Amino acid sequence: MSESLHTVTPLPAQRRPGCPFDPPAELLDARRHGPISRYTHPGGKPGWMITGYDMVRSVLADPRFSSRKELMNVVDFEIPPAPPGEFLLMDEPQHSRYRKPLVGKFTVRRMRLLTERIEQVTADCLDAMEKAGPPTDLVTAFAKPIPTVVICELLGVPYEDRGSFQEQIDTFMGGEASDEELIAAYTATQEYLAGLVAAKRANPTDDVLSELTGSDLTDEELKGISLLLLSAGFDTTANMLSLGTFALLQNPAQLAALRADPALTDQAVEELLRYLSVAKTFWRTALEDVELGGRTIEAGTTVVLSYHTANRDPERFTDPHVLDLRRPYEGHLAFSHGIHQCLGQQLARIEMRVAFRALVDRFPTLRLAVPAEEVVLRPETADIFGVKSLPVTWDKETS
Amino acid sequence: MTTTRLHADRERCIGAGMCALTAPEVFDQDAEDGRVLLLNPEPPAAQRAAVRMAAGVCPSGAITLHEREPGGS
Repeated sequence: MSESLHTVTPLPAQRRPGCPFDPPAELLDARRHGPISRYTHPGGKPGWMITGYDMVRSVLADPRFSSRKELMNVVDFEIPPAPPGEFLLMDEPQHSRYRKPLVGKFTVRRMRLLTERIEQVTADCLDAMEKAGPPTDLVTAFAKPIPTVVICELLGVPYEDRGSFQEQIDTFMGGEASDEELIAAYTATQEYLAGLVAAKRANPTDDVLSELTGSDLTDEELKGISLLLLSAGFDTTANMLSLGTFALLQNPAQLAALRADPALTDQAVEELLRYLSVAKTFWRTALEDVELGGRTIEAGTTVVLSYHTANRDPERFTDPHVLDLRRPYEGHLAFSHGIHQCLGQQLARIEMRVAFRALVDRFPTLRLAVPAEEVVLRPETADIFGVKSLPVTWDKETS
Repeated sequence: MTTTRLHADRERCIGAGMCALTAPEVFDQDAEDGRVLLLNPEPPAAQRAAVRMAAGVCPSGAITLHEREPGGS
């Protein structure tokens, strides 16, 4: 059996020129050979690459696969455990200690209450775009500020601190920073968050971080939680908004359909999530020998899960590489699955519904200001995929 | 007529909200802990598709669905 096993070259594989929305060819090729392939981690350690939808989903639901950072078996040196509070990289029961007090603050109902505020923030961005006139970079004018303002207000980061914080998160998430830059950004963020936690303890305000100071979580834990929520809140939605707009502009019939039918918005957001899967891969490490699709994943081996390729699985989705905003929603892995499924997904959904709707309504003639192949993409080393900038233009209203 | 009986395991639930999003007439989330609240354990036929979807997309497998044919036990 193993002689027919497909092998994938180490990530980061590059996307094919002209196909900025599709997974790298190597991963699509791997899926054609089967849901699981042999894989060598960039650090040289042997592992597995899972590209089949059902198999990715079953690994994510399987407690025999761990999220613990220190168990990642991808490099020759020891990886330290996740800092207190960064529960994305922990298993139960530590994970629940942090996630539980947060869950009630991110429910469908509570996030819906933010709709009006998100509409206001979006309108402010669009007003500013209109006032400044075309062309503009949609990333800085629209995609970044909306989720940044919203997550900062929700968590309780003061307005005047947002700019510098966003720069540091960009350094973490951009995939291009040197080790020195990463350390400097990390240190500055830690210092900032320590001050913020202390300020909330001294003078609680009406926000999530202040509410959490009333729990038994320590300052170190609150710093870790805040960093996780801020970075997840900034970067993922921002990249969905900018890459999603790029995808819509490259699919004019789909964009026209969305513009013509507001009732399509919710479904359109789910399809963009599936199609783009900006959180493109994650990993798990086997705690014991696990049989998967006739292979044995040995204890201690790290498997890479390609959410993006799984969300393009032809066994799960008809014409998976077609962006079809009318596709009926039947679930996807863009927010992952299992106990670590995105805590902020209901917030992200509302942000995207409001922002895409308002953008297409406000600028009926929105288009790229440069040829599509000149749009600069993030490198594949970035955890979250996206565009670095999106130059757009439109016709000014003549009356 | 087929009847649908639902069970929601609040211990397994991670509060992702997919059920409340997908079938809001059948599921809600507790305002405090965010975990699933079953509004109607025997949803009407009109809700069946939404309920099946909710059970299918639940990230923690907290929702189980028993469909009973007439005359079945």
